[in-house]
Amino acid sequence: MRKSIKAAALSAPLLLAATAPAMAQSVDERVNELFASSTGWFVNLIFSPFPGTSFPWIVAWLVVAATVFTLYFGLIQFRAFPHSISLVKGDYSDPNDAGEVSHFQALATALSGTVGLGNIAGVAVAVGIGGPGATFWMILAGLMGMASKFTECTLGVKYRNEFEDGHVSGGPMYYMTKGFAERGLPMGKFLAVLFSVFCILGAFGGGNMFQANQAHAQISGVVGDYPGWITGVVFAAVVFAVIVGGLKSIARVTEKVVPFMGVMYVAAALVILAMNADKIGWAFGQIFEGAFTGAGVAGGMVGALIQGFKRAAFSNEAGVGSAAIAHSAVKTKEPITEGFVSLLEPFIDTVVICTMTALVIIITGQLIQDPNTGLYLLDEGASTIQTVDGNKGVALTSAAFSSAFSWFQYVLALAVILFAFSTMISWSYYGLKAWTFLFGEGQTTELVFKVIFCIFVVIGAAANLGPVIDFSDAAIFAMAVVNIIALYFLMPIVKKELNSYMARLKSGEIKKYS
Amino acid sequence: MSNKIVLGYDDSEAAKSALAFAVSLAKAQRAELVIAHVLEWSPYSFLTPEEIEQRHKRREEELKRAEDALLAPVRKSLEDDGVTVSTELKYGHIAETLIDVIKKSGASHLIIGRTGHSALSSRLFGSVAGSLAQAAPVPVTIVP
Repeated sequence: MRKSIKAAALSAPLLLAATAPAMAQSVDERVNELFASSTGWFVNLIFSPFPGTSFPWIVAWLVVAATVFTLYFGLIQFRAFPHSISLVKGDYSDPNDAGEVSHFQALATALSGTVGLGNIAGVAVAVGIGGPGATFWMILAGLMGMASKFTECTLGVKYRNEFEDGHVSGGPMYYMTKGFAERGLPMGKFLAVLFSVFCILGAFGGGNMFQANQAHAQISGVVGDYPGWITGVVFAAVVFAVIVGGLKSIARVTEKVVPFMGVMYVAAALVILAMNADKIGWAFGQIFEGAFTGAGVAGGMVGALIQGFKRAAFSNEAGVGSAAIAHSAVKTKEPITEGFVSLLEPFIDTVVICTMTALVIIITGQLIQDPNTGLYLLDEGASTIQTVDGNKGVALTSAAFSSAFSWFQYVLALAVILFAFSTMISWSYYGLKAWTFLFGEGQTTELVFKVIFCIFVVIGAAANLGPVIDFSDAAIFAMAVVNIIALYFLMPIVKKELNSYMARLKSGEIKKYS
Repeated sequence: MSNKIVLGYDDSEAAKSALAFAVSLAKAQRAELVIAHVLEWSPYSFLTPEEIEQRHKRREEELKRAEDALLAPVRKSLEDDGVTVSTELKYGHIAETLIDVIKKSGASHLIIGRTGHSALSSRLFGSVAGSLAQAAPVPVTIVP
């Protein structure tokens, strides 16, 4: 009798332990199904191709916008590049303003919101589908995106709201309402509301679920498979502690470690490139060849272009409007200086960091080529390129780095978790600003948003990559649709600011302090 | 040579000793006393989006607190005591900012308190008093 009780007592937890994973898997599955079925229509709308082609209209929309801003501001990203660097170095900062947020700090904070999984996982998705050629289009999109960012961040600062207690709210919803009113244009309020709705969805999607999802993929890649909702709950608890509990210490540690991780990531990539120095020429050859011929890649040249542009936009967020929210909180006398500083973001994020990831994946031979023809082999569904061990997304990047240093997967796992976390914190802020624009400032309304945000962390970690990445992209690009319309109408204001500033810089009215 | 003395001042005990020393010296030399307080600040530290949003307000609060709690009482008591005194309140790297104050005021002497750092942390990070002793353009008196 005693024995059997003991046995029962022993077996009960065992039984629980045995059924828990099965239950957990089914929770994951149910979350995934529900999520995919409820967001499908939105994704299809955003990514629908031009009739009779396979070219999504949204990609054309972003390319055209970046080209328009680049031309309208006379290649501002190249002209103003040296001046942007001096601004960040503090050459033009008045010593009497010491103690205010510096240009460097504004840039670092905005970057820690954008440098993240887009640079690690997103790039892997791009070259996994579009081949090495996608890298070329990604770099081009990064360079042109600098002009979009310049435009939106200048406007973000110019039209921000300053409240009596000294705090500031800014972003596209504010330049849409105030800027449109100033120019006597209708529909400003409508655009602002639409943007805010998409921004909240973007905050839940790319700024949250995609991050949680890939963080889970990375952790389970290192410690072995386990249910996603567990990662989700842990992440949600930490995010909750920071954004609701005001636990600044965690945020502060992340803000310090993230830039360090970024530098380390680039350094590791450079070392791997140096180790394979003889193949760098070949890799660039693959990138250029793939860009224009799409040799044997899913979707050909257009496929490479679409992937490159999509992932660049997702990574550096140029034209999306999120950076305009981040920069508008900075106290500055000249709104345009924030524009200058922000144009460095797509450069650092996409032209430098994303390119590093792509080169490492290409150079370490993760994409399988036909030994005879040199063409990339497609997997069964013919939608992606075959990779060593069939890795996708963040796992592909991890495999590429680990092929040089086996221990790097642990560093990368840590980097992914931290990047994911800092991106979530940034996007919770962007989403909150959109939320308070719609529902008003106030502690209760803010708390509601923050709690919903944390719930989405769990959903994101539990769902599959496919539906999550589709929804994340769709929400972020929907922001860009609305934001870019506003930018077209308001760009003459930026031009005026630019001309006035440049004239004063030339005349010596604006001068260096050091 | 100008007759100005800069005193690096904060709320430490050593700073109070330094103040007493500076006052006696200023009286003896009929010198003007410049009391400088530096709020440590690096433009290269990292802030969260919320901290950026709050920064301007915090800065005003920090300046007000330092002025009200630290500088104003000292200025008042010294003025009552008949010493010519002015105050400087700045943000920045402590040693570098004090050197700027010396250069701008044209002072000929710097007086600072020796803060009680452990030997180890001073060795690792350097102490403010140590850097000033090395880098200041004028004679430095370090008061224990």
